Amino acid sequence: MTDNRTLPAFTLADPTGNEHRFPSGRHALIAFVKEDCPTCNVAMPVIDALFKAYGDTVDFFVAGQTIEGNEKLAEVHNLAGPILDDSALKVAFEYDIDTVPTLYWANSKGEMIGEVIGFVRDEWQALDAEISKVTGSAPAVVDWPSLPEWRPGCGSLSVDPVIADRLRAEASNSPLRARSIDIAPADDEFEFMFDQGFTDGLPVVPPTPERVIRMLSGTKRDAQDIVAQMPPNMGDVTVEKIAINAVMAGCKPEYMPVLIAGIEAICTDEFNIHGVMATTMGAAPVMVINGPIRHKLDMNMKLGALGQGNRANATMGRALRLIVRNVGGAEPGGTERSTLGNPMKFTMCFPEWEERSNWDPLHVERGFEPEDSVLTVFAMTSGPTLIVDQDSREASQIAGSMAMSLESVFHPKAHRVGIDTLLVVCPEHVDTLSRGNYSKADLRRQIQAVTARPLRELIADENSGVGLKQEVADTMAAEKLDRMAPKFASEDFVHIVVAGSDAGKFSGAFHGWASGEIGSMPVSRKIEDG
Amino acid sequence: MTTILDPTDERVPVERQLTPRSGEVSGIVGLLDIRKPRGDVFLDRLDEQLQTKLPGVEIRRYTKPTFTKPCPDDLRLQIKDECDFVVEALAD
Repeated sequence: MTDNRTLPAFTLADPTGNEHRFPSGRHALIAFVKEDCPTCNVAMPVIDALFKAYGDTVDFFVAGQTIEGNEKLAEVHNLAGPILDDSALKVAFEYDIDTVPTLYWANSKGEMIGEVIGFVRDEWQALDAEISKVTGSAPAVVDWPSLPEWRPGCGSLSVDPVIADRLRAEASNSPLRARSIDIAPADDEFEFMFDQGFTDGLPVVPPTPERVIRMLSGTKRDAQDIVAQMPPNMGDVTVEKIAINAVMAGCKPEYMPVLIAGIEAICTDEFNIHGVMATTMGAAPVMVINGPIRHKLDMNMKLGALGQGNRANATMGRALRLIVRNVGGAEPGGTERSTLGNPMKFTMCFPEWEERSNWDPLHVERGFEPEDSVLTVFAMTSGPTLIVDQDSREASQIAGSMAMSLESVFHPKAHRVGIDTLLVVCPEHVDTLSRGNYSKADLRRQIQAVTARPLRELIADENSGVGLKQEVADTMAAEKLDRMAPKFASEDFVHIVVAGSDAGKFSGAFHGWASGEIGSMPVSRKIEDG
Repeated sequence: MTTILDPTDERVPVERQLTPRSGEVSGIVGLLDIRKPRGDVFLDRLDEQLQTKLPGVEIRRYTKPTFTKPCPDDLRLQIKDECDFVVEALAD
């Protein structure tokens, strides 16, 4: 029963508005109670008897947890002393109370000299004896034998999960540092978020402090860690800012590690999020997730994987875009200048169905271990463009169909392009390719082979001004014009993943933006635990 | 009342004064090519016109590594130190 730790100071008001400060310079008994707790109702007559016995020499702080409950307790038990208003639960939270009733017996300096949790008759009687000894007053008048020997306490309201998040957000050691914005009661909070320009055009979840605190529980990183600086504003993307935008997007806390990896990836010089957002061509980050985290987050890699309906897929992509908008400052009409825009600018994030093929998944091709969880981000301008082939039965034919479809990347006459493309192969096409023992490398080779055209077929003409300019072609020897130009400058620009339902011979392709050092390169980041 | 946390970077842009306009072009004029296609064609013509019409001014040419990324700090500071005026060929 002895411990000299100093108890936190506090001030609480009684029902008449008088403030009671602890420590008070005298011995003190602090009691945390709530009305709907049966054990507290057993204890209240004892607390009342203690007050009557020692109220002259000991200061009593009986802290109740709801205003209505406090009134009821005072009335039912006809208490001689007041019940103080801790309905904000700040004192209970600061004292880290799990259970009511909890009593603290403190000396005049505010140091704890005793603690009693729940109702154990012997402990309460021993406390009475000690107070009697310290004060020199006669013991309290309590019919001890009539009381139950033991009653468990009840949970303090301050540990109710919903309330506890709010209390953590408001506590003096709260990890939150972002500016608080009060929305007037007359304002609709969803309309307010639109008016402030915080949204992507769809409603967002208001990022209240308690929701942000809950979101932060998804990462071990410090809330004020700066994950990256994001252009064009070069705003500091802290873990807290990621969490705020994640709340708005509708994420769960366990998505936080993916978002942190995503922000790291897009803010690299290689990915160049500034150019991706600014280009009139209208690029957007496309996130592909590999590894065990796909299952942990219940991501959808099967039916409709690139579409709507799965929370993790939809909200992680959306959160990334909201951060680009809100922290980076890339807003349409400002530094975001896309001519048409595209729906991927709302969200685009999906996992690879690694188990559905015998190919190395994307992250393994990019140098990670199979058991690593990895995010890879691509700057894509359109997609998924559907590749419809329900007729081919040979692997080479499926690969050829894919090649022909990919010829439309940028423009059919644009060949030897240094443009990344992300090919999403559906399971039925995977099966046909597998029957022909096609590897990803075979598929890439066939795409280059089937798309190869002699340069003379790629000269700009009356049907299209795109292609090899006539005046340049005029300077070239005939044999040079016969030279074959495949679609892509290198097979390395063709990235391949598997996704989609088992039914349907429909693959898809995302078309990229300017690749390499002048534009954007795909970037992979390992997703760290928590 | 609902309280929300600010999702933005919370920065307030610095308000900058425009440099006073003297009404004439003199000193050193920088021409910045951001590497957008045909930006160089535009700047070549501008270069010719300036030399013809304002023979007193000195023209210096600058080029960004790529139009897709912000201007490197070093280049920005170099232009600021060396030029009285700058014309940027922004888009094709």
